Amino acid sequence: MDKDTVLTMRSIDKVFPGVQALKDVDFTLKKGEIHALMGENGAGKSTLIKVLTGVYLKDGGEIRIEGEENPIVNHSPEEAQRNGISTVYQEVNLCPNISVAENIFIGRQPLLPWGAVNWKKMNRMAEKALAKVGLELSVTRALGEYSVAIQQMVAIARAVDVEAKVLILDEPTSSLDDNEVKKLFEVMRSLKADGVAIIFVTHFLEQVYEVCDTITVLRNGELVGAYEIEDLPRVKLVASMLGHEYDDLSEIKSAAAETGEVDETDLVLEAEGLGRSGTIKPFDLKIRKGEVVGLTGLLGSGRSELARLLFCADRPDHGDLQFKKSPLKAHAPIDSIKQGMAFLPEDRKEEGIIADLSVRENLMIALQARTGMFRLLPMAKQMELAKQFIDTLRIKTASTETLVKQLSGGNQQKVILGRWLITNPEFLILDEPTRGIDVGTKAEIQKLIVRLSEEENVTIMFISSEIEEMLRTVDRLCVLCDREKTGELKNSGIGQHDVMTAIAGGV
Amino acid sequence: MNVLKWFKAKISGPDFLLFVTVVLFVVMYIIGLIVYSGQGFGKMQTFMNMLIDNAALIIAAAGMTVVIITGGIDISVGSVVGLVCMMLAFMMEKMGMSAWTSIALVLVFGVVFGFVQGWLIAYLKIQPFIVTLAGMFFCRGLTAMISVEQIAILSNQTFLNMAKKNIYMPFGAVVNKRGIKLYPFIHPNVVIALAALLVIWYVLKYTKFGRSVFALGGNEQSAMLMGLNVRRTKLKAYMLNGFLASLAGFVFCLNTTSGFVEQARGFEMEAIASTVIGGTLLTGGVGTAIGSFFGVMIKAIIETYIRSNGTLSSWWNKIVLSALLCFFIVLQRVFAIIRSKRLK
Repeated sequence: MDKDTVLTMRSIDKVFPGVQALKDVDFTLKKGEIHALMGENGAGKSTLIKVLTGVYLKDGGEIRIEGEENPIVNHSPEEAQRNGISTVYQEVNLCPNISVAENIFIGRQPLLPWGAVNWKKMNRMAEKALAKVGLELSVTRALGEYSVAIQQMVAIARAVDVEAKVLILDEPTSSLDDNEVKKLFEVMRSLKADGVAIIFVTHFLEQVYEVCDTITVLRNGELVGAYEIEDLPRVKLVASMLGHEYDDLSEIKSAAAETGEVDETDLVLEAEGLGRSGTIKPFDLKIRKGEVVGLTGLLGSGRSELARLLFCADRPDHGDLQFKKSPLKAHAPIDSIKQGMAFLPEDRKEEGIIADLSVRENLMIALQARTGMFRLLPMAKQMELAKQFIDTLRIKTASTETLVKQLSGGNQQKVILGRWLITNPEFLILDEPTRGIDVGTKAEIQKLIVRLSEEENVTIMFISSEIEEMLRTVDRLCVLCDREKTGELKNSGIGQHDVMTAIAGGV
Repeated sequence: MNVLKWFKAKISGPDFLLFVTVVLFVVMYIIGLIVYSGQGFGKMQTFMNMLIDNAALIIAAAGMTVVIITGGIDISVGSVVGLVCMMLAFMMEKMGMSAWTSIALVLVFGVVFGFVQGWLIAYLKIQPFIVTLAGMFFCRGLTAMISVEQIAILSNQTFLNMAKKNIYMPFGAVVNKRGIKLYPFIHPNVVIALAALLVIWYVLKYTKFGRSVFALGGNEQSAMLMGLNVRRTKLKAYMLNGFLASLAGFVFCLNTTSGFVEQARGFEMEAIASTVIGGTLLTGGVGTAIGSFFGVMIKAIIETYIRSNGTLSSWWNKIVLSALLCFFIVLQRVFAIIRSKRLK
């Protein structure tokens, strides 16, 4: 091992039933560097981290850490900690009911000679540990009395205090505001100066370029490459994450100039300064009737968050929202549904399908919810509707009464889509409707989207990670970056490159 | 001005629930002094009697506090108390064993019983409610197996002396009609109870084990990720509680000096109620042994009210207690809501 190298992972393999989550991945970490680990959903970032921290056991490859003769195997987070690998997770993994000082020192409290916890000394030590991360607060108060941001900083103070060689920060900034992020970066830089190697996982491009030295990109469980930050401009980073060759920068045409004005007639939805602190910055958005609007951006850029605000799945804390020319008075999704909205969530296993009900029942749920629980739809009507939608959506099912769990993933997706179409929505939000389904079904759903907007005049908001798919279906693209709506692109003669440039912040 | 500040700090601080309990106790005591002064409520001995009558409950509530802070519960305590009384009576009266051997044996039994329950809960991850429900049936059944008849302890003088020995206080004397100075007294059971209370307070506040109990009650997953041995801590908590339950049984037996199948039925519920009134959250992570002590004393005051009144049915105990429980649970909830709002 190189003298400067703290950690090397060689040919790491990890297999889950049916999926190869990591395939022959290499990763090298040098002393005193901040190393970004990047990749889209399912790229294998978190699997790699979990293999390193002992949450998962690897299936192949070896991990070496400075100071150990032999390759190490971590069986538990505790063992990884003993090997000098300390982790701060995205969700705060501390106890809210005990004091800040205890959270930093629990399990290794300083003791008095007769074995009692030395509270005074512990509190003093906690103050020192927090000072290292630039925090000054009353360490005797319960952790839960502080904001999530401060809790996150306390978690970092704890991780730093155990004298780690390698510090892993797994999306630590998602709950922090700009100032707090700045503070965190200062801390990271001073740790770096002390020789600590930091692995930084984040979705925010801005932050990567501000603080990191090196970037490793993963895609579909494989290593795309490891780059010095100077050698990898933003656009290239985006391209390598999304998986397209980006050969030449000069090829970009300035189609982005066509960020056309929206035709103001026939607006169905108008958002002005709509936002929710901590999820998405205020944005304006106007959507015409019958239009298909796409939301594009990297994972975590705020696509779903924007859609959830429009649907009132999250309540906005500022701005106005007008739906069909009148302010939308919605407090919960049920109100939005009653006004003619429909939302197909991203996580259909969790939020959509009810596996033990039949196709017909799954199709009827939304309509039934809209008419009210006590006015049961007549069976004949249910059958008629179910048959009609099984036909139009070409759902492959033995009968209307087949249980949904017996259908393939793509067909399940069609059932959920059908569920919302039955309600005859005027505004339909589709969050990743094509993820994880086969190519044929994908094409069908894309066609369906186009047909719905052209023939039935349904307004559709379409969210997808695949740029190609978006370009085939949408009229207009809203670009999101780091939780902000950064621009709009009209879909006329633009290519993937333009979209990627826009995502990377070049609109 | 300073008083106001102190008051404010108490209301917003983490000890808020304990503070309410103590204030309530003081207010109720003062009300008693005013309303029932004619019935001798103000006498020191009345207060001492509250301690004597509730010594066992003080111990059981302290143990319950530990278990509830871990996020669990133990409803077998009442049956353990009943069983311990029966075991003591049987061993001393029918088998002629010495008082000390019998006491040592029941205490060992308590620890072993706690170990079994704790092992099932911590290592096999079975719901504490179910495990201790089974434990409750088991102990009650075992009590009946030993004897269906009541066994009174009549012959073991060591035990009876321990039960009835008066320990006089050096203060608070009252001069009676004949001009004799009567000092207030307690029985040894109060000494045992207060000692146990102190030990539990110390364990919870100053030992690694005690602090781990709080951590795992706050968030088990986090406690594990912070490198604490969650399972062992849980097991120890139930063992400690088993020991305290049997100690409570012994102290209970000092008051009743007999063993009987129906003894201490519902005792565990009183322990849980006292704990909750004392500011321990049933969701775990928050609570103090001192608070539970005041919870017990509040219950004792209500009993004394009713006894002093003389005309009220003793079932009023339960009604007032239930009202207080509701009050405290609502208070806890409101407190939690205010706190989470303030954070946003």
